[in-house]
Amino acid sequence: MLHLENISKTFNPGTINEKKALIELSLHLAPGDFVTVIGGNGAGKSTMLNAIAGVWPVDEGRIVLDGQDITALPEHKRASLIGRVFQDPMMGTAPNMQLEENLALARRRGEKRGLRWGVTKLERADYYELLKDLGLGLEDRMTAKVGLLSGGQRQAVTLLMAALKQPKLLLLDEHTAALDPATAAKVLELSDRIVSENRLTALMITHNMTDAIQHGNRLIMMNEGRIILDVSGEEKRQLTKQQLVDKFAQLAGVQMESDEVLLSK
Amino acid sequence: MSISAYFASLSLLKLVKNLPGGVSQGIVWGIMALGIYITFRLLDVADLTVDGSFTTGGAVTVMLILAGWPAWAALIVAAVAGLLAGLVTGLLHTKLGIPAILAGILTQFSLYSINLHIMGMAANKAVSVDKYHLLLSSRSIPAAILTGAIIALVLISILYWYFGTEQGSALRATGNNPAMSRALGINIDNMKLIGLSLSNGIVALSGGLLSQYQGFADINMGRGAIVIGLAAVIIGEVLGGAILGKRLNFFGSLTFTVIGGVVYYLVIVIVLWLKLNSNDLKLFTAVVVALFLAVPYLRGQRKSSFAKLKKKGG
Repeated sequence: MLHLENISKTFNPGTINEKKALIELSLHLAPGDFVTVIGGNGAGKSTMLNAIAGVWPVDEGRIVLDGQDITALPEHKRASLIGRVFQDPMMGTAPNMQLEENLALARRRGEKRGLRWGVTKLERADYYELLKDLGLGLEDRMTAKVGLLSGGQRQAVTLLMAALKQPKLLLLDEHTAALDPATAAKVLELSDRIVSENRLTALMITHNMTDAIQHGNRLIMMNEGRIILDVSGEEKRQLTKQQLVDKFAQLAGVQMESDEVLLSK
Repeated sequence: MSISAYFASLSLLKLVKNLPGGVSQGIVWGIMALGIYITFRLLDVADLTVDGSFTTGGAVTVMLILAGWPAWAALIVAAVAGLLAGLVTGLLHTKLGIPAILAGILTQFSLYSINLHIMGMAANKAVSVDKYHLLLSSRSIPAAILTGAIIALVLISILYWYFGTEQGSALRATGNNPAMSRALGINIDNMKLIGLSLSNGIVALSGGLLSQYQGFADINMGRGAIVIGLAAVIIGEVLGGAILGKRLNFFGSLTFTVIGGVVYYLVIVIVLWLKLNSNDLKLFTAVVVALFLAVPYLRGQRKSSFAKLKKKGG
């Protein structure tokens, strides 16, 4: 489904702030893979997701998604293939627009936007049902401005929006990090549901190792712009937090006192 | 002059006589404010092109009418000229990476020369309502009010429809959350180009209306248009919020923007009636706009600020 072939990205090349964020990184996802991504601060997790999303062009390498080489496509042209949820709950929705308008924008992700009506009656009925399924009472607030919703509600809506038009790939960039634990758990559960119901291929960055182990069918660990661990299937199911910490210390060549270091932002 | 003598010198009749003129002029400027609303409120850009494109609209309209064109056709060409001015600002901003506010200033600056060329290197050009058929004129104010109101209503309806479409929604999303818009596949550069063009097209149309209303186009007629437009937008928002509250929808917001223009000009009529020196009008307007723009910030400060903490702690 997704093939990253030797992609590299260096920020601020030739300056004192030069940072090799991705170094000849390769990754291949099969359809339906739900991969959790962990790694310390500056490991390149978000950089990898941003490279896939096309926030900026990569320096080298190729990105192929669903058989299509998207390496040279700008962000808005890749959008038809990719659904995204950001770390900041404010980033995924338009605060001054109505809830149903936000959903309608997402339903047309990657499509030509012409002079047809922005929200139709028919889709409104759909949104009502989808919001009702969320169980947050949002189905009765469809004409409310999204800015009036809480962070958790907005993140749930963003998730819904990311999957509203089925993406080939779902990118979750620490999308629960800014939420309180109870809300984070709910949003994670919703993520699982949306991924499995729609049989999505997904990449999820998290700082929480327990979450990384519990969710998805595959786990990768990154360090200094490279993937240093890639486990899936039975091996992943058997993983423990302690094993991950030990593995990280061993592979990254760093002595880890506890997972706190790995978890730190 | 004593205070009583000052009040005795004010004639209520004179005020009443001047109010209709304020209404008609206010509608014309209120139409311009619709253009400002698109950039300032929907695209979240302060576009300074308008000071130039307003004059462009006036100049094109007058020159074409003098050349024998019907007024309505002249207005359409004027709107297209404004559209192109907005497009230039948009291209400077999106394709050349110049900050929006600076891009607008550059276009506005260049339009001064262009406007002079349009008017055949004259600083002003008259178009007499006696010789030409104009859509509206200060000579018959009731008719001007009616014509202006109809044009405003048609424009508001078109804008209401457009911003409800998929493309219009994408444009609003671009101003509201550009990162999200890109992630949803919206080409935000194109949206900015469309928004800036549309806005300046409306502004130029309004300039064309004003030149007919006052019977001439002047190279300086657009000076301060952005400030007057902002005043109209803000007054409209305050009034709309006060009268309709939560029921204020998009159609209402647009309508109140035009009403804001009218209220602004009524205030000007009253202030002039109170014998404020007309040379001080721009200062007066700037102070009022600055105050209104500051209100949301100051309200936030009242809730939480370091100054408040200091007071509490001290």
